[in-house]
Amino acid sequence: MKKRSRNNSVRKLVTQLMTSNCGAGAVTRAESSMAACSVEDVLAKAERDEAERLKSISVVKELELEFDVGNLLALDKNPVELRGRSQDREELLRALARDNVQLLVNEIWKLPAERTDDVLVVKLPEASTKLPREKPLPKVRPPTKWEQFAKLKGIQKKKKTNLVWDEVHKEWRRRWGYKRAKDDTKEWLIEVPETADPSEDQFAKRNKAKKERVAKNEFNRLRNIARASKTPVAGLGLAPRAQQSKSELAQAVSVARTSTASVGKFQDRLPKEKAPRNTGKKRKFQPLLGDFGNEKQKQLEMLKVMETKKPRLDVTKAVNKQLREDEEEEGRTRRKKGSGKKGDRGKRGAAGGKGKGAKGSKGGKGARSTKGKGRGPHMKQGKR
Amino acid sequence: MAHLDGVVKPKTKRSKRFLDHRAPKLLENSKNAMIMKGGNTSETVTQALKDIYSLKKPNVVLYKKKNIMRPFEDSTSLEFFSKKTDCSLFLFGSHNKKRPNNLVFGRMFDFHVLDMFEMGIEKFTALKNIKNEKCAEGTKPMLIFAGELFDVDNEYSRLRNVLTDFFRGPVVPAVRLAGLEHILHFTAADGKIFMRSYRVLLKKSGCRTPRIELEEIGPSFDFVLRRTHLASDDLYKTAHKQPKGLKPKKKKNISHDTFGTKFGRLHMQKQNLDKLQTRKMKGLRKRRGAVVVENGGTTSPKKIKTQE
Repeated sequence: MKKRSRNNSVRKLVTQLMTSNCGAGAVTRAESSMAACSVEDVLAKAERDEAERLKSISVVKELELEFDVGNLLALDKNPVELRGRSQDREELLRALARDNVQLLVNEIWKLPAERTDDVLVVKLPEASTKLPREKPLPKVRPPTKWEQFAKLKGIQKKKKTNLVWDEVHKEWRRRWGYKRAKDDTKEWLIEVPETADPSEDQFAKRNKAKKERVAKNEFNRLRNIARASKTPVAGLGLAPRAQQSKSELAQAVSVARTSTASVGKFQDRLPKEKAPRNTGKKRKFQPLLGDFGNEKQKQLEMLKVMETKKPRLDVTKAVNKQLREDEEEEGRTRRKKGSGKKGDRGKRGAAGGKGKGAKGSKGGKGARSTKGKGRGPHMKQGKR
Repeated sequence: MAHLDGVVKPKTKRSKRFLDHRAPKLLENSKNAMIMKGGNTSETVTQALKDIYSLKKPNVVLYKKKNIMRPFEDSTSLEFFSKKTDCSLFLFGSHNKKRPNNLVFGRMFDFHVLDMFEMGIEKFTALKNIKNEKCAEGTKPMLIFAGELFDVDNEYSRLRNVLTDFFRGPVVPAVRLAGLEHILHFTAADGKIFMRSYRVLLKKSGCRTPRIELEEIGPSFDFVLRRTHLASDDLYKTAHKQPKGLKPKKKKNISHDTFGTKFGRLHMQKQNLDKLQTRKMKGLRKRRGAVVVENGGTTSPKKIKTQE
């Protein structure tokens, strides 16, 4: 029904009321009575009209529908009877659908509407049907070693500016990455420090230092992940890598060989596998009953040693010990001189058996020992 | 690639964004669906798959080639595809003598099959067979489920859940009133499920709420439920676990009065009002040549010039 037609009909009704219902009479009385009964009748008619209007959008159902407006969903629990031919069935379905949609739309229209950009928009409430997630919940990462330390010390993360002023180019450049502010790879001149070897390649040294820093960072990152994963990760050399040295492979082979219930005793050797060295008993004991002469000799010697008051001095051992002590002292003094870079190297050397670090330190020590200090062996006088 | 998610870092920002998009999150993306055909398909099935594809655009992937697999026996192939395309809903269509015109609706959790429902198409009317104006693609449809079976029966209520998940479209905070065009109506009666798709015409009624008239567009299906595979209860429960972080944090110290004015509350430390830093009014500052009255008025202030 169009609104205009309805309005017209209302107006017609009112005029009808005015003329027909309240009949003739004295002007004033007619007027007043006309007015009185017309007002009542008009109100009644208005009410009936309102009901009629609402009838167009109201639907009567046995059971109320369950609404989930957040999902634009409605569930009708009333039993459905579909009988008859396919044509009637379609009509029935359509009528049912129309009723249900009307109810759902009534619910949606009850929500508060906002007007944004000439468009009436309705804010939907939260969906009430519980639907399963697509993926499991994200796992919370345990804090890394640095994060734990920072929390302990109360160190806050400092927000850094995006751009840094570059004096050389006199412009704002990013802090790191392509065309960064202080790019030391672009330097064409590096001063050789006084303590360094003049024939050393400083550029190569810088590159190597960078590679070492990157490797250390990567190693720490992987260590953090391994710690976070809570599953035991295989030790160094045992997990397969892309490039493995001969010694690492040999170690892996020997570990695999001895990881049986009988500790590799009954494990057959592979065709080209070499016999394991440095294995077996670490101490060799003489048989209990055997060479009596040898045994006697050994016992007498021991008694002689215990008798003498002088300490026994093993020259080679003493010399080696002294050399090592001297080298350590020199290393310490050198470390004190150059704290920054050399300290790192020293620390890494101290950390010992970890991948590249180990190789580096071993290489360093080996180099030093072969270079030789040119100092004669100092003989430490023993205590008398 | 599970153990590599921390070990192998993405090399470009683009790949990092791609991986972050697919990673498990607190607030998830809208679910994608994949539609695939089995070893043998009939005309009905292919047309049905194409129609559902156009209903679900753009969050859907349609595989053109046939994939010989049996979802109810071996779901590894399905899981592989869902991992590749990051789709957690699937629709598999096939046709053989034993199960003619078969559609399998299903969903996944963590790329493993959660629920599967096999339905046979008894009667099907395609989109192109119903000649009238259709809705634009991507409109969020209204869903209505009619029939007491959808509430009472366990399988049917789970089916209702799956169909809601499949057809509901992206979750939006607000919706345009004029844009509520599309309605999908599911009726469970006579042992069958009737799916009809209508276009909503909002007619003027006397009051603010419009009167609804429906116009049938879209595919209409008469389904019959065949096999089902429901998830075990504990898997279903795990899939429903919601994160704690999703609860909206109530903003403290903010209140609104009846007129809509927003009030905030600030908590201050105790201030020493004597040493409070207020605005500096230059005129009120003490001047250096200021007069001291206690001298007995020897140095008199400026005399007012009087005209005599």
